[in-house]
Amino acid sequence: MNGVLSEVPASPVVRSRISLAPPSAGKDKAFETLTLLASLAVVGLLFLVGWELISESNLSIRKFGFHFLTASTWDPVAEEYGALPFIYGTFMSSVIALIIAVPLSIGTAIYLTELAPRWIRQPLVSLIEMLAAIPSVILGLWGIFVLIPWLRVYPFAFLKQTLGWTPVFSGPIYGTSMLAGGVIVAIMIMPIITSVSREILRAVPDLQREAAYALGATRWEVTRLAVLSYARKGLFGAVILGLGRALGETMAITMVIGNTPQIAKSLFAPGYTLASVIANEFTEATTDLYVSALVEIGLVLLGITILANLLAQLLLRTVGGTTPARAAQ
Amino acid sequence: MIATNHQWRQIKNACASSIFFVSAILVVAPLGLVFYYLLKNGASSINWAFFTKLPTPVGAAGGGMANAILGTMQLLCLAAGIGVPLGILGGVYLAEYGNNRGNSMLRFVADVLNGVPSIIWGVVVYGLAVLPFKGFSAYAGGLALGLMMIPLIMRTTEEVILLVPNGYREAALALGIPRRKVIIKIVMKTASKGIVTGILLALARVAGETAPLLFTAFGNRFWNHDLTQPIAALPLQIFTYAISPYEDWHRQAWAGALVLLMGIFVVNVSVRVLTRNRTRRGL
Repeated sequence: MNGVLSEVPASPVVRSRISLAPPSAGKDKAFETLTLLASLAVVGLLFLVGWELISESNLSIRKFGFHFLTASTWDPVAEEYGALPFIYGTFMSSVIALIIAVPLSIGTAIYLTELAPRWIRQPLVSLIEMLAAIPSVILGLWGIFVLIPWLRVYPFAFLKQTLGWTPVFSGPIYGTSMLAGGVIVAIMIMPIITSVSREILRAVPDLQREAAYALGATRWEVTRLAVLSYARKGLFGAVILGLGRALGETMAITMVIGNTPQIAKSLFAPGYTLASVIANEFTEATTDLYVSALVEIGLVLLGITILANLLAQLLLRTVGGTTPARAAQ
Repeated sequence: MIATNHQWRQIKNACASSIFFVSAILVVAPLGLVFYYLLKNGASSINWAFFTKLPTPVGAAGGGMANAILGTMQLLCLAAGIGVPLGILGGVYLAEYGNNRGNSMLRFVADVLNGVPSIIWGVVVYGLAVLPFKGFSAYAGGLALGLMMIPLIMRTTEEVILLVPNGYREAALALGIPRRKVIIKIVMKTASKGIVTGILLALARVAGETAPLLFTAFGNRFWNHDLTQPIAALPLQIFTYAISPYEDWHRQAWAGALVLLMGIFVVNVSVRVLTRNRTRRGL
């Protein structure tokens, strides 16, 4: 630290600058403008993404109009395109993912902030960060060859046995299915929900906890009454942020969901998501209308993920400044 | 009566504690399982040929992913060429210039941009760099990854620059040093370790991206001699091999995944060790 400070006045370059010429305001301004332009790049990029998708999907938007979102036929041969099976698949897999991931992630965040012995916290946080660093495609590979065979034999068979009378868990078990897709997405979003929730819980003032302890509350009562109720809004933000990630998840789910454009009642049946159909069919799309329809799928996906992200950022910003939002990366 | 109530509360407390403990184990479990199976299925296929040979056609044993490993490196270099300068300069602006309201808007946009699904970047870059030049290319792949890096680097750069104490700036300005030099030579130099950390993490993050490369870099079975041509990448190769029906290719996919994950983990872990020293020194 001191090294940097002592270096400055000693530098001959700096000294000559001071004695020979006044600070050059023009160059300073130029540097500021340069950095301004770079920071505006993010705004430009957001518009670019939106504009590019809208202009490329123009053909499909004009041909199908609003019907695109409600039609459930996806038939490239007949040039008939409806996005409903994909919208359904994206939402369904995300909902399954949230049902699995939210309790586990928030539970882990509570364990990390309220319960875990101090020496275990940092290693555990590092492990969660490493889980977040696993590329989607590797999780997908593992999903195909390890997770799905296991799911088929144990949890799926169990669900079928106990809840098979409901339409949701009826029908044959293929393995690749909506449910498998939801499980793999849950694994993908657990780290982000956990780390953001942890930041939220850490931002809860200790006074909250101390007050509850002083009243004789047990640790669980402190967590429930003083911590969770205080952090509710932020935790909701963390969940929505996870939802945003789940909606846009591509590779892992493409590898395990079965890629069949249908709206099946059973979760054991294969499905398809917005992101997967783009990943699978974009390079094969031969006609302009086909490409255009796929880009419109992308536009729908962008729309819903941006909505989710906007909501999440608003919720997180009102509670904890910028820290929770940063933990998201 | 009071005692039983008290016991009941203790029981609830113990139950809740064990539930949270179990959920922590369940969240971390996939990491161990993924790693275990990568080692089990991939380690045996990693040999000298894997790093030096081209992929072999279906049925022929042996071969490697040398072109994909090199391709990923090339793509990362191209991506860094776009993402690093824009990200750093943008981060400098957020930390050093502008007003509160404008900057928090910019931060907001950067965070929203971080949430744009990676497949969308592929579609956008397809329209920007593949259609106009009539072909998949390494440049397009690098562009897609580079654009994804901008908001990532911008936010980390801003964060570490804000950690530099104001006294440094004030001392330097008091000596009559122009603002830009204060920023570049003192503030950024002080924060340089953190900035590099941010760049490495962003690179590690995009190194595993597959979706944006599907229709930009496209993949290539051979060496790429020309960046205007399609190029192989490790994640793409893993994907192609994983969904293929051939045993040989599955083994290669596991090996490729192990190599890729090792690379990403090495960067992540070394960066964390670096940052830990940084926080201990207070900067």
